[in-house]
This record gives sequence, structure tokens and C-alpha cells, in this order.
Amino acid sequence: MTEFIIIPALPEIFLALAIMVLVIIGVFKISHGDGKKRAFLYKLTMIFLIITGVLVFYGDHGTPEVAMGGMFILDKFAVFVKIVILAAAVFVLTMSFDTLRLKEKPCFEFSILLALSVCGMMVMVSANDLMSLYMGLELQSLSLYVMTALNRTNEKSSEAALKYFMLGALASGILLYGCSLIYGFSGTTNFTRLEAIYGSDVAGEISIGALMGLILVIVGLCFKVSAVPFHMWTPDVYEGASKQVTAFFATAPKVAALALFVRFTSQPFGGLLPEWQQVVIFVAIASMIVGSFGALAQHNIKRLIAYSSIGHAGFILIGLAAGNSEGVQASLIYMAIYMMMNIGVFACILLMKRHDEHVEKISDLSGLNRTNPMFAFVMAVLMFSMAGVPPMAGFFGKFFVLKAALHSELYGLAITGVLASVVSAYYYLRVIKIMYFDPTKDPLDKEAGRETKIVVLVAGLLNLIFFIFPAPLFDAAKLAAESLM
Amino acid sequence: MVEIGIPILSAVIFLPLVGAFFVFIFVRSHVGKQESVDNNARNVTLWVTSVNLLLSLVLLFSFDSNKNGFQFEEKISWIEGYNISYHIGIDGISLFFILLTTFLMPICILASWKSIKNQVREYMVSFLVLETLVIGVFSALDFVLFYFFFEASLIPMFLIIGIWGAEKRVYAAFKFFLYTFLGSVMLLLALIYIYFQAGTTDIPELMKIVPGFSGNEQIWLWLAFLASFAVKVPMWPVHTWLPDAHVQAPTAGSVILAGVLLKLGAYGFLRLSLPLLPYASHYFVPLIYGLSVVAVIYTSLVALMQTDIKKLIAYSSIAHMGFVTIGIFTFNRQGLEGAIFQMLSHGFVSSALFLCVGVLYDRMHTKEIAKYGGLVERMPKFALLFMVFTMASIGLPATSGFVGEFLVLTGAFIDSTTVAALAATGVILGAIYMLWLYKRVVFGKITRDELKNIWDLEKQEVIILVLLAVMVLLLGIYPNFVLGPMHLSVENLITQVSK
Repeated sequence: MTEFIIIPALPEIFLALAIMVLVIIGVFKISHGDGKKRAFLYKLTMIFLIITGVLVFYGDHGTPEVAMGGMFILDKFAVFVKIVILAAAVFVLTMSFDTLRLKEKPCFEFSILLALSVCGMMVMVSANDLMSLYMGLELQSLSLYVMTALNRTNEKSSEAALKYFMLGALASGILLYGCSLIYGFSGTTNFTRLEAIYGSDVAGEISIGALMGLILVIVGLCFKVSAVPFHMWTPDVYEGASKQVTAFFATAPKVAALALFVRFTSQPFGGLLPEWQQVVIFVAIASMIVGSFGALAQHNIKRLIAYSSIGHAGFILIGLAAGNSEGVQASLIYMAIYMMMNIGVFACILLMKRHDEHVEKISDLSGLNRTNPMFAFVMAVLMFSMAGVPPMAGFFGKFFVLKAALHSELYGLAITGVLASVVSAYYYLRVIKIMYFDPTKDPLDKEAGRETKIVVLVAGLLNLIFFIFPAPLFDAAKLAAESLM
Repeated sequence: MVEIGIPILSAVIFLPLVGAFFVFIFVRSHVGKQESVDNNARNVTLWVTSVNLLLSLVLLFSFDSNKNGFQFEEKISWIEGYNISYHIGIDGISLFFILLTTFLMPICILASWKSIKNQVREYMVSFLVLETLVIGVFSALDFVLFYFFFEASLIPMFLIIGIWGAEKRVYAAFKFFLYTFLGSVMLLLALIYIYFQAGTTDIPELMKIVPGFSGNEQIWLWLAFLASFAVKVPMWPVHTWLPDAHVQAPTAGSVILAGVLLKLGAYGFLRLSLPLLPYASHYFVPLIYGLSVVAVIYTSLVALMQTDIKKLIAYSSIAHMGFVTIGIFTFNRQGLEGAIFQMLSHGFVSSALFLCVGVLYDRMHTKEIAKYGGLVERMPKFALLFMVFTMASIGLPATSGFVGEFLVLTGAFIDSTTVAALAATGVILGAIYMLWLYKRVVFGKITRDELKNIWDLEKQEVIILVLLAVMVLLLGIYPNFVLGPMHLSVENLITQVSK
């Protein structure tokens, strides 16, 4: 590979340059400005993200292209996931406008850090080399650590940031150690060459050292997707960070890390399916169980969603455990729907204000149906969607994941999955119960930002009427999965 | 059959949904006019459900009972490329369940006209959505579509029990939802397994493919089906959600629960378990007989000891549904037709009984049997109508209850004398608890002062109950009205299950 191609990485390069522009504008013009100026920066970031999205969408030429001397790959899989990530980022930015109207305004850096971590995620998703994998991962992680701490005056936020940073650094270290072991035992860091050694076309033989490396990388990735037993940070960080940050946490980084997980296991190590499958199955089962039981006793809605996201990660990993393109397709469908559900839920959580102060106890929602029926309705739709009850979108995610599991004869996994979904239905229903069955105590503020309301409505509607026209998402996910396998 | 240009079946399914949408979006409150909003919601809903009843009558009259296979079929690709389509159609079996639903809906709306006072708009929306979903289940000819409607029907019912129920409504709503949800996820797994094995979810197609599955596969799939349908029927020992749900639900909620939702489970047996898994269905006959006989005898005994009228009727529902499951698994014409007839009859009778309880509750705000007595002195009309429904519940000749029970017992007798004999004891027990209930509530002297001010049925209540009484007697005197159109479908089912 002598020539150095960069065109497939154009969206990332554009975004990186755009971020520099944003930083310059931010430092010189915005840093002491009022809410309006910050809103301008947010809008600018949003425009850049949308342009990136357009570049991603039109940069797809059907066949996989390798760039940057083999470090970077652009295929339909990457395009699909990148669009999901960018959509999540745009939604989060949209709903964050509301926070600019609060008395205590958040730092303007939020939008820049968000774009920066999105850039890292895009690199992650397109990584075709252990080096670029690590680079992308660290870029997004570092931005996320800072984002957690943005709410400087809040003790919980600092605590969460420190916790997240310590554990995240540890996980990165483990992942890096795994990478070095793989490099040491196989002599290459490139995915294409690794695939030639361990791929699905070759008989899966692996030295114990490289296997250790593989497992360590998986451990690092499990941390990033907050899969059990590496999930401990999730509830604390979700609770500590400000709402818009948590909204971002629960969506884009999860999707990116899961996509990386999928690519890393099924492409370079596709031939070692029996080796990593057991690990993934265990992690999936444990995540679903912890996710569903852990959430039962939560009083804080963000902690509840944290546990729910652990459970959802378990479900997405079911698709991966299936170990074929059908499974990957299911995972991708689930990821897209998961993103949509979480965006909606967090937009609702952002609306939870009382006397202009954010509140986040589940009991704060009580009797919402009578004071704010539309909000309650959307929240109920999203809760049913998360529980996977038809006709909501969540049902289809569950359907395809379970189909993949049954097709690969992973009966135990499928049964655990549905049982966990029954348990988790309980706490989703509890939220609905509090909104609909309980008496109104102290109503929430009614006025809210137009932008957040739009996000709430869009997310609610997408979840509610997804069933009418679901085929395009399924087809896109299918093409993406086939490009990977 | 008369070809009708418009997709009439889809119209029947989705008209209530359109109505719900209308009520939800357009019937809005302006400050200080809550009452008129509520009234508008009630009126619109009543109109929508009544028009839907008329539409479904069109189905009845243009239904050709000599035609084999499904009628009013519509098939539109839904999830393209995955062989999952929006495929609906009805046969002689589903026709009457749809009619039962459309008939009971306006009655439910009328019955809740005065008793529901808060959040009327949402209440009406829930009922309309529920109607769409239930009719959808009865007409779905695609497994995914079936499951879709089947499970989605949990949502409105959960809200109906939870928002408008009695004191312990939250507990009852959760129990109802989680019990049923646990059952239906098993059905989901079975559905997915069948889907990727057969490559399609079209029920008529599956009827050709799935019976060829190996015995072992069939047995597991059948058990997964059972997990879902048994909870819904409900069969002993997974019935415990039902008394709670009934006692806590508002009157109309109980009516729709007993009248229609319980039938979804048995309908699942008829539409899916029997024709798709004939081998396993035969294999598990002893299990079903066993559970059903226990249900009939045990729950009748339990009903005998209840102190709450609504709970007593709820337990009697379980016993009656025990007859239904026996009838279904006799696999002969008498049994199957008896079971279907019994379901329809139970749909009218138990609905009527719950409405009667509702009448008493609205006046005295208690459902304790001991708090009543001597009502005949103050409420002669009520006593008469309540008598009709009590007799129908017991299965007195000339009421619909008799035909159903008689046919089921005949069918069971052909298959197994023991089962028939045991099930027949249920009839006797049924007579004991119903008559004793009637005696305690209606006869005797008025002992309590509060009862002296109780007033007889109002016009609206009379209309509702008389309508139901007419149906009960009509079916009892001229059962062929219902049995005629279903003969052919039942024959087909029998051929299919004996493969």
C-alpha cells in the first residue's frame, strides 16, 4: 500500500478542522458572552455536524475502501453507525439549547467537546488498525471525562468525573495491554492482516498470548459499553453529570463502542468465534440480569436509565453473540432504535424542572398525566418502547435480536433475554404508574424550550409509528451487516 | 359473497383507532368547560363504537357460510423483504368474536357514562384503542401481526385498570400486565423460531409447513404457546391475576376483560395451537383435560366461598373457561363448536353479571355479599334481569349457557367419560354458588337500613341489560344462528388437527 489515500476519511478531517474553528471562535468571542452567543456556537456546531453527516452519507460508494495506509476503513457498516452517532449528537445539541436559558449557564465548551468526542467516535467506528482504534477511543473518552466534570460547582459531578476518569483510564490501560499482546504474538496491528491470521476464512488457531490480548481488549470494550461486570461507573456517572451530558453519554458513545466491539470481534477475529462467543454470551446475560434487577430499586430517573442502558447493552450483545451477519444486523437495528428511545427519554428528563431548577427523582413525575398530558404520553410511549411492547419501536429491536439468537441456537441466551425483559418491564411500568396512577403533588414547570419539545415529539412519534414503515431501517442495517461479514 | 369495493374488515379494525385519534386530538378542554369536553368524548365514542357495530353487521350479512377458507382477505406487504405482511381475513370462528367485541363496546361505553368522572377523554381513547387491537387479533392472518395486536392490547387494559380502578388498582394492573407479558414473551420466542424455520409468518402458509415439524420441536413450541394462552384464558394454576384484575377494574373494564380479552387466549388455541401443532396438541390432551377439570371443580369451590360478588363472578369465569378448554381439546365437532359457543355465551353472560354488580356498586359502593339482601323488594326489574343471567350462567335450557355446556359435555363424553363426568360436577357446583349468591343478594328481607333507599334500574341500565338478555335468550333458543356459519370452519379445523 504505497499511495496514501485520505478521501474516505474526509468527514472526519472536516469535523476536526471545524472543531478548531469552533475552539477559536469560542475562546475569542463566546467565552464571556451571554446565552445568545452560546446559542450561536451551539448552532454552528450543529451545522458542522450536519455537514459531516451529509459528507458521510454521500461518501459511501458501496464497496469498502481502506485509507490512511490501512489505518482507516470506510464501509456501509461504518456509514450506518456514524449516521446514528451524528443523529444522536445533533439531537442532544438541540435539546441542550434549553439549558442555556437557566440561571446558571453551562460552559460553552460543551458543544465543542461534544463535537470532539463525535470525531473520536467516528474514527473508532472506522478503525482498521489497533492504533487507530485506540486513538479514536481515547479522543472520545478524554472529551467525555471533561464533559462529565463540566458542571463544576456540583460536588456530584466532580465525583462522577473523577470516578469515570480513574476507571476509564484503567480500562484504556487494559485495552492497550491487550493490543500490545496481540501485536506481540501476531506481528501486526492491522485488522486486514489480523483477519488473514484469525479471520473466519482461516481455521481458528490462536496462541495463548494473543488470546489473552483478545480477551483484554474485550474487557476494555466492555467497560466502554458498560457491560457487566464492568458497569459500576455507569449509574454514578449518569447521576453526576448534567442532564444534557448524560443524554449524550447514554447514546452516542454507547453506539460507537458497541460498533467497535462488533467490528473488532467479527472482522479480525471472526475465526475465533467459539473463543470470544462464550465471553460475549456471559457478558450479555450478566448485563441483562444486572440491568433489570439493578433498576428495580432506583429512585433517581437517571440512575434508572443507567441500569436500563446496561440491560440494553446486554441485548445488543446478544446480536453479536449470534456471530453471523444476521446477528450484526439485529445489533445495528437495536442500536438505532436504542438511540432514538434514549434521546426521547432524556429530552423528557430535561423537561423535568420545578421552579426553574432541574429535578430528577422519579417521584417528581407523579400525576404528570394531569398537569402535562402530552409530556406524560410521550414518556409512556418511550417507556413501553424500552420495555419492548408492540407497537412501539423497541419491540422490533428485541424481535430481531432474539431471532438472531434463536437462529444460532443460543436458546439459553434468548430465554434469559425475554425473562430479563419481563423484569425490566416492571420498572418501566413503575414510571408509567407514577405518571398516570399517582396523585399530583407539586406540578413540574410547564414552560420549556421549543427545541426540547420538538425533540420530545419527534422521538415519541418515531417510536410510536415506526411500525408503519420499518423496512428501510432493516434494509440499511442488513446492507451494513453484510459489508462487515 | 358480495364483493365490496372498500376493505370492510380493515375499516372495522381501524375505525375505532381513527375515533381514538379524533378524540385525543380534537376533543380538547377550554378553561371551565371540562364537562362539555367529557360529554363530547362520550358521545363521539358511543357513535364510533355504534357505527363500528353496524359495520361489523355488514361482515355478518355478507359472510358466506358455504365458502371454504378465509373471507374478506386483505394482504399488503408490511415489512418488505421479510415475508411479514399485513394479512387479515376471517372465517366462521373469528367472525363471531369480532361481533361480540363490537357488540360489547357500545355497552361498555354506556355503562361507564356516569360512573367514570375523571379523565373521561383518556378513558374513551383507551377503550377505542383496545377495540382496534382486539378486533385486530381476531382477524390477523399473519403471526407477527397477531402477536403485535395480542400484546399491544395489554397497554390500554393496563391503563384502564390502573387509572380508573378501585383502591388496590395499581397492584392489580401490574399483576395483570406482568403475568400476561411473561406468558407472551414465550409466544414471541416460539413465533420467531417458527419464522426462521418456515421463512414466513403467514398463518395459512404456516398451516401447511409447521405441522411437518418434528415431534420434539412441536412439543416445545406448543408449550411456549401454552405459556401465553393459558395465562390469558386463564387456566388453573396461572389464573390468580384474574380475580384481582376484575375486582379492581372499573365495571366496563371487567366487562371487556371477561367478555373479550379472556377469549383471546382460547382463540389463540383455535387459530394457532391446534392447526399449527396438531401432533403436540394431541400429545398434550391429558394435560389440558387435567388442568381444565381442576379449574372447573377447584375454582367453583373457591367461588362458593367468596364474600365479594365481583370476585365470585371472576372465579366462575375461570370455571367456565375451563369448559372451553376441555371443549377445544376434544377435537370433535360437538366439543369445538360447544367451546366456541360457550365463549360467546360467556361473553354475554359474564358481561351482564359484571354490569349487574356495577349497578349495585354504583348505588351502595360495596361489593360485599353480606351487605345486600332482599333487593327484590326495592328492585324488581333488577331482580328479574339478574335472574335471567344467573340462570344462563348455571346453564339452564333456553339460555345460551345451556347450549355451550351441553355441547362441550357431549364432545367430552365422546372422548372420555371420566372427563365428562368430572366436568359435569362443575355444572352442579356452578348452580350451587350462583343460586346461593342470588338468594343472598336478592331474596329475603331487607335487613340493612341503607338498602331501604336503593332505587331500581334506570333507563340506560335497563336498555343495556335487556339487550344482553335478548342475546342470551336468542342464542339459547336458536343456536344455529351462530353454529351455522361456523360449521365449515370447524370442519376444516378438525381435518387440520387430525393430520
